[in-house]
Amino acid sequence: MRATLILAVQAALARAYPRAVWMTRNRTWLIQETLLPVLSVSAFAYSYIAMKAPPEYVGFVILGAAMTTFWLNVLWAMGAHLYWERDSGNLGLYIMSPAPMMSILAGMAMGGMTTTTVRAAAIVLAGVLLFDVPFDPTSWWLLIGVFLLTLLALYGLGMMFASLFLLWGREAWHTVNLLQEPVYLLAGMNFPLKNVFPMAVAGTALLLPLATGMDAMRQVLFRAEGVLHYSYEIGMLAVLAAIFLVSAKWSLDYLERKSREEGRLTVRWE
Amino acid sequence: MNKLSIRIEGLSRVYRKKRKRKWFRKQPAESAKDFVALDDVNLEVRPGELFGLLGPNGAGKTTLIKILTTLLSPSTGNAWVDGLDVVKQAKELRPRINMVSGGESSGYGILTVRENIWLFARIYGVPNEQIKARTDRMLDVVGLADKASSRVSHLSTGQRQKMNFCRGFVTDPKILFLDEPTLGLDVTAARNIRQFIQQWMKEDPRRTILLTTHYMAEADELCDRLAIVDRGKILACNSPTNLKRLVQEHPLFAMTLSPGPNGLPELNGLAGVRQATRTETPTTVELKVSLEEEPAIGSVVSKIAASGAKILTLRKVEPTLEDVFIEHVGHGIESEAG
Repeated sequence: MRATLILAVQAALARAYPRAVWMTRNRTWLIQETLLPVLSVSAFAYSYIAMKAPPEYVGFVILGAAMTTFWLNVLWAMGAHLYWERDSGNLGLYIMSPAPMMSILAGMAMGGMTTTTVRAAAIVLAGVLLFDVPFDPTSWWLLIGVFLLTLLALYGLGMMFASLFLLWGREAWHTVNLLQEPVYLLAGMNFPLKNVFPMAVAGTALLLPLATGMDAMRQVLFRAEGVLHYSYEIGMLAVLAAIFLVSAKWSLDYLERKSREEGRLTVRWE
Repeated sequence: MNKLSIRIEGLSRVYRKKRKRKWFRKQPAESAKDFVALDDVNLEVRPGELFGLLGPNGAGKTTLIKILTTLLSPSTGNAWVDGLDVVKQAKELRPRINMVSGGESSGYGILTVRENIWLFARIYGVPNEQIKARTDRMLDVVGLADKASSRVSHLSTGQRQKMNFCRGFVTDPKILFLDEPTLGLDVTAARNIRQFIQQWMKEDPRRTILLTTHYMAEADELCDRLAIVDRGKILACNSPTNLKRLVQEHPLFAMTLSPGPNGLPELNGLAGVRQATRTETPTTVELKVSLEEEPAIGSVVSKIAASGAKILTLRKVEPTLEDVFIEHVGHGIESEAG
């Protein structure tokens, strides 16, 4: 048991390595993933400023932009990644290795979280410096806790997506592509859910960890009103994280069994 | 207790093609066609053996390796590697094995050669200091030491293949599967790799290698025993020497011919001729004829002469593995592979 755990940690750290290294070896991300989102944030922020909206609304936009980078990372660097690993010939090597596949996915998630946190922090920093956002947190520790729980739920969802993408191939890819904009809308990327949607829609939106996490963080960071009290939302995030992680494990096992039966595990371009 | 490294009993693998749904059409769904990749394979490989699977492309070699490395389930039959069932005990088996495929393009382009090898060794739990020492040795073997710090995206296909060869050995597996390991490599690199494989086997008698190849010389040079595989079936299994000895019962002649205006006559079916195979060069034809009895060469020569072709050389030869292959499969390995 101990040996399996040590191997899982080693494998996760090893798999996280290419993602961490990517930031230092491919510096164009500074422009693509920091400067461009800040421009997008600025457009929304200036709209709120022009409308003389309460100053925390600009903060909502910055928070939304930062959290959206995690969502995009979950979709494309987690969900689609096993598919890419298969096409590059790595997936068969991972499956054939003694390391649990969950540790490989955890490594991908850890690497993704690290790099995306740097990007998100850059966006927040640029936003704060440009727009002088009035932070008034209930507790910084609580904020960090909610943030980490949101990441756990989001990357749990990403780990589950990873197997589903591989099982369903391009169909899943197109579906998620199709869902990208509706998710931005439902998650309340640039606006508080409670003020815009009826309770039924806002409540349904809370099934998305992105929406729940942002709503809770808005409450903690700006003392804004949320769809539910943040304590309930923290509970929801914990439940969502557990469901997604268990589902990820289940779908990985199913994927491996099915692929071995059908012979599609290492076959490219299926 | 003399445990076998690999034991295969009645193993078959059938690929079932998916039925194509035809939405919005009245025609029935297309009937699924099955492809039999392995057909009732039985095989035993002993510890310390370098065992070869020799066969043309599509013979089922890679399918067999995928089953033995737990990547694919058999349709029927059973297989054990190091005494462990490849289906039911896959998790226990995986730490003991590794695989290298020729033409493999795995790895991460953003990482260096050394980092890639490190990553794939860490998922086997190999300690860092062992990875370093083994990587240094392997990079020297394949002549990639000067590229250790180069990004994989900057390597040629052959260099990436060499890196993957290193990856397979760095985990020091008890049983190693090499699927066409020298495919596409230059002559010197292929020779170094063959020498290393032999040396690696000598270092520890518990090690076993299952090698697939369609290079006859490689199989002849490396393998203690080999099986000839074609269309999913094992047609013969013995040491290269014994396989050649069995063919040696029949006299074998090699001729170099200059074809006449009417081309060469068909020799298969001629009295006393067991098998005749030809390889064409731009100006000549190399002909190999296996005979029931030596005197039959007279009628072969007469028939060729009558066709107007000129015999440039004629000599009696010792059989090679290629001849063994032709004897069992009915054609040369390249004629099918190509």
